Amino acid sequence: MKAYQKVLMVVAALSLGLLFMFPMWKIYLKAPQYPEGLELHIWVNKLGGSSESVLQNFNILNHYIGMEPIHAESFAELKYMPYIVIFFMITGVLAGLAGKRKLVLSWSILLMLCGAAGILDFYLWLVRFGTNLDPMAAIKVPGMTYIPPLLGNKVLLNFEALSLPSWGSLGIFLAITISCFTYFLSLKGKRPHFLSRTPKAALS
Amino acid sequence: METLINKFRKVAPKAAMVMAVAAGAALQGCSNTDGGNTSATAEGVASDAASAVYVAPGKHDELYSFLSGGFNGQVSVYGLPSGRLLKIIPVFTQHGENGYGYSEESKAMLMTSHGFVPWDDLHHPKLSRTDGQTDGRWLFVNGNNTPRVARIDLTTFETVEIMEIPNSAGNHCSPYPTNNNEYVIAGTRFSVPLDMKGGTSDVSLDKYEEEFRGSISFIKIDKDKGDMDLDFQILVPGFDYDLANGGKGPSEDWVFFTTYNSEKAGTLKEVGASQNDKDFLAAVNWKLAAKYAKEGKIHEMPANYYHNKLDKDTHTAQSTVKKKVRYLLPEECPGMMYLLPAPKSPHGIDVDPSGENMVVSGKLASAIPVFSFSKMQEAIKNKAFDGEKNGIPVLKYEAVLKAEVKEPGLGPLHTEFDGKGNAYTSMFVSSEVVKWKLSDFTVVDRIPVYYSIGHLMIPGGDTKEPLGKYLVAMNKITKDRYLPTGPELAHSAQLIDISGEKMKLLLDFPTVAEPHYAQAIRAEKVAPNSVKFHKLDENKHAHAVKKEADVSVTREGKNVIRVKMTAIRSHMTPDNIEGVQVGDTVYFHVTNLEQDWDVPHGFAILGANNAETLIMPGATQTLKWVPKKEGVYPFYCTDFCSALHQEMQGYIRVSPKGSKTPIAFSTGKKKQNIPGVAASH
Ligand SMILES: [Cu+2]
Repeated sequence: MKAYQKVLMVVAALSLGLLFMFPMWKIYLKAPQYPEGLELHIWVNKLGGSSESVLQNFNILNHYIGMEPIHAESFAELKYMPYIVIFFMITGVLAGLAGKRKLVLSWSILLMLCGAAGILDFYLWLVRFGTNLDPMAAIKVPGMTYIPPLLGNKVLLNFEALSLPSWGSLGIFLAITISCFTYFLSLKGKRPHFLSRTPKAALS
Repeated sequence: METLINKFRKVAPKAAMVMAVAAGAALQGCSNTDGGNTSATAEGVASDAASAVYVAPGKHDELYSFLSGGFNGQVSVYGLPSGRLLKIIPVFTQHGENGYGYSEESKAMLMTSHGFVPWDDLHHPKLSRTDGQTDGRWLFVNGNNTPRVARIDLTTFETVEIMEIPNSAGNHCSPYPTNNNEYVIAGTRFSVPLDMKGGTSDVSLDKYEEEFRGSISFIKIDKDKGDMDLDFQILVPGFDYDLANGGKGPSEDWVFFTTYNSEKAGTLKEVGASQNDKDFLAAVNWKLAAKYAKEGKIHEMPANYYHNKLDKDTHTAQSTVKKKVRYLLPEECPGMMYLLPAPKSPHGIDVDPSGENMVVSGKLASAIPVFSFSKMQEAIKNKAFDGEKNGIPVLKYEAVLKAEVKEPGLGPLHTEFDGKGNAYTSMFVSSEVVKWKLSDFTVVDRIPVYYSIGHLMIPGGDTKEPLGKYLVAMNKITKDRYLPTGPELAHSAQLIDISGEKMKLLLDFPTVAEPHYAQAIRAEKVAPNSVKFHKLDENKHAHAVKKEADVSVTREGKNVIRVKMTAIRSHMTPDNIEGVQVGDTVYFHVTNLEQDWDVPHGFAILGANNAETLIMPGATQTLKWVPKKEGVYPFYCTDFCSALHQEMQGYIRVSPKGSKTPIAFSTGKKKQNIPGVAASH
């Protein structure tokens, strides 16, 4: 790999750092009595929002329909996710410095898999919170569940919920894009390595 | 000397003339009816008035205005130009609506050396200033009856400080803030026989002339926090001091007071104080006074006055009793004070934005004298004196007079300025606002008001840079303006467009009690700083509980019960309390755990002899309750807070005196799904 490609790979790895600077995902709630809106921010290591007390306000709204209160402590993910990100950042930098194309590719694929797993996990906890309702809840709407949208918007009773990735996710997107790009740049003039390997494998 | 009656006889033909003109205009109005108005008094309304004051639903007003409530002891906040009432701020009065003056936290605010005084006569709001401009931080107001000055914090719209003024017997010419809030200055209306120990002496009432004195108080303001501190007083001759206003630009070191009763009459002042053809405008160099106070011209006497402050973190007021006051005597402080002869019981004193013209409204005079600040300086230099009063030089009238506004109308009271070279004077007797030019002192326009206007206000009209777009007339009488409500009618404010050549009436809106004076300020100087809720973490109230797990009910000593409870949508914790006995003093310390805008919770209990209390998000307030009979008493939230507000309630059981019922408290059978509360930090 050429020097600038190594640099690109290091940039890819470091762009994951955005996860520590910005939320990954934001869920916006809006209702007539909340003209200013309520925002829940999901970070790689914590929950936050548009104001300090946003979780309390989410929980106050949720308690009418019997949703379990949301606390940062309820999510083991928030504890181990930062380590995974740090792991990716370190290995990404090392892969860049090593300048091994193969390493770059495997790093990208692994990161994609982890990203996908993360989204699946996120979806599962939305389902868990939206469906696991207290039978003693004050407001019960037959057949109603309160799963917020994974992406895009959805109307939940009088609330309009909008869910969108935030700048933190851009870190993952950039990491994957740049590393893949680096990999393809490094292939210039060569056959991609999985293609060159395939026949060998077929022969063996 | 001309008697009052003669004076009026002289003016009467002019008044009749004014009325004839007005009637003519009204008749003409009838012949070309626009819009089919049936009321004669609706004639003066501008055709585009509705659109000029229309603030569409959901849109905000351009200005906040703060109107004093006079005898209700409150300040009311209106949006302009819509005239929408936004809030009532209790200052010198108890307010059952939120427990101000009833709750244990706020009672101290109304303490005075006369004991608990839950009422006052609030006349003049004045906004704090930076560089001679309103800065939207605080509003100072006076209590006229039991002399006090209060400060309202404009981040919370709450009264946060009240200071009693010693040696004052009617804090009327008050409170005037200097151009950078160095001082808030307050003068007494009534002179009294000071005993020089902070009280008045037992003196025969015909000794007025020899024994009675007034005082002017200089309250220092903390630059950052706004806290008040009585720095010193000036003891002044025993006149009645009416209104105060300060200089700007060249005159900004000066503050001026109108006085009446230079005759020093002690009885039937109506006549006794209306004899002299000239009373005085008292001019005080406050910078020099402060210098004298620092430099040892100062005396000290015992005093006894209350200073009450609300602590931001405990939301609790505390009183301090001050035992000393420092004072200056004008006769010992050359150059500090002068008297300017002013015609006939002057009322308003208003200095124009340039700081050069001092307009004095002699409420019984037929012309409005305008004094010149530069001529006054000249006269002082040349010692153009006309004798002295109590050691204070009296300047020659002609030496300080710039001009007289001729035939302005009847009963001039107050003047404000539009910053475009025009002055507007309210005419009490002829019920009109008169516009005149500061360049040649001629009247250029007049508009009737309904009726008997007192003060008028232009946003920033008493500062260096007025916003000459609107004028608010504050009227004493409203007969036939609104639907009748028995013998007592709402007082009225009227919004007048002053942006053009001619004044145009835009809107009438009723006010709460009697509007005396007002201040207005651009909304953007205040709105962004508005507090939305108090941070629970910063709540340092002695009996605050910040999570439901920490609530308690305890007996203290023999018959005090302390309930430390919480309120959050939509329950109180605890909501079942037992073990209270008849005659116990029960303190409900309620902490509102909400951390969201506009979610106060109320707390009320059956049979309480005081009020409810309204607890702002993040704050703690205490209601005292003494049950007189055994039984079960409900308590509940009074401020509709959520879909389950009606369910936000609880019970307290009261057993007979000496009963064995143990103290017990709970909320719910099991902790299930009780939301977030204060997440432990
Ligand atoms: Cu409530």
